[in-house]
Amino acid sequence: MAIKDYIRERFFPHIWCPGCGHGTVMNSLLRALESLGMSRNEIVMVSGIGCSSRISGYVDFHTLHTIHGRALAFATGVKLSRPELNLIVPMGDGDALAIGGNHFIHAARRNIDITAIVMNNRIYGMTGGQFSPLSGYGTMATTAPYSNIDHAFDTVELAIAAGATFVARSTSYHVKQLSKILRDAILHEGFSVVEVLSQCPTYFGRKNRAGSAVDMMEQYKNDTTPIGSKAKKENPDLIERGIFVQKEMPEYCREYDKIIEKAMKGN
Amino acid sequence: MGKLKLKEHVITREWCKGCGICVHFCPKQVLELDDQDKVFAARREDCICCELCELRCPDLAIEIETEQGSE
Ligand SMILES: Cc1ncc(C[n+]2csc(CCOP(=O)(O)OP(=O)(O)O)c2C)c(N)n1
Ligand code: SF4
Ligand SMILES: [Mg+2]
Repeated sequence: MAIKDYIRERFFPHIWCPGCGHGTVMNSLLRALESLGMSRNEIVMVSGIGCSSRISGYVDFHTLHTIHGRALAFATGVKLSRPELNLIVPMGDGDALAIGGNHFIHAARRNIDITAIVMNNRIYGMTGGQFSPLSGYGTMATTAPYSNIDHAFDTVELAIAAGATFVARSTSYHVKQLSKILRDAILHEGFSVVEVLSQCPTYFGRKNRAGSAVDMMEQYKNDTTPIGSKAKKENPDLIERGIFVQKEMPEYCREYDKIIEKAMKGN
Repeated sequence: MGKLKLKEHVITREWCKGCGICVHFCPKQVLELDDQDKVFAARREDCICCELCELRCPDLAIEIETEQGSE
């Protein structure tokens, strides 16, 4: 299938701002699915609310556009009732880790077979540039006009601690790596978390004088490094990219099936 | 069987928002924005078909169409 066979062309051009990284995340995801040769009918995308969440309107799979922070709860319901389908849940940083933080850690803890993508632009894009739990100390936001004093979560460390069995990070600049990681995440049986650094030139960029979308992507190129690289040892401030965790653990739907089987046998 | 070579830069003008990501990151400086801020292939003969413009475009507005070269 060509990439355009996976989208709802009637809704294009999409609403994302010029240079918004979220469009590139969608691009890489479509390529990952194309390379897997997946049919549109095997995929369910569930999203919450946010600029990032708008992605579910543009892709021609089974799609649910639900409520802010709760996409993983809806996705859990879908997956338990139709475990043969592939669940993909793209979320904003606010969606996933502010209002949705509890759903996030518990989905990870259960190891349910869902691919969660955190489209991290370090800001609430949709509502006008409020800081999020991923903005980080010292950043500027409409709700932090004198700079933010909250420290950021490390999405990767959080996901690992919560029990996710596939955890990775990439950026909107590193599209080939991103596509490959998304592919591996979708194939992984269990809860997969892929954090993608995705520029919001309109709010994060402007508020933090980070320049254009191009400048922000240059920053992703310069400020990140492959996991365990020599550069990381020399400069600990670099952000690592790649697959941090990939391990086999009992998957939730399969475990649930065993319980059903036990219960059906009676006492 | 020859190498794949460029047939065309297929550009969906109505989808292009002129962000300049493809122009900036093209390793061969093939692309430019026109006076309406839409991308076009200004030096198509320099294109090496790496497809990085296509892969990075947030708007799915550019596609590298290739064909089989001679020899
Ligand atoms: C229950 C609820 N609370 C608050 C909102 C308002 N709201 C909409 S999107 C959003 C945050 C968007 O930020 P993020 O999740 O990072 O996505 P982005 O737009 O940056 O991609 C908020 C707070 C809402 N829609 N519903
Ligand atoms: S406000 Fe930010 S996140 Fe939302 S579409 Fe614009 S650039 Fe993207
Ligand atoms: Mg955000």
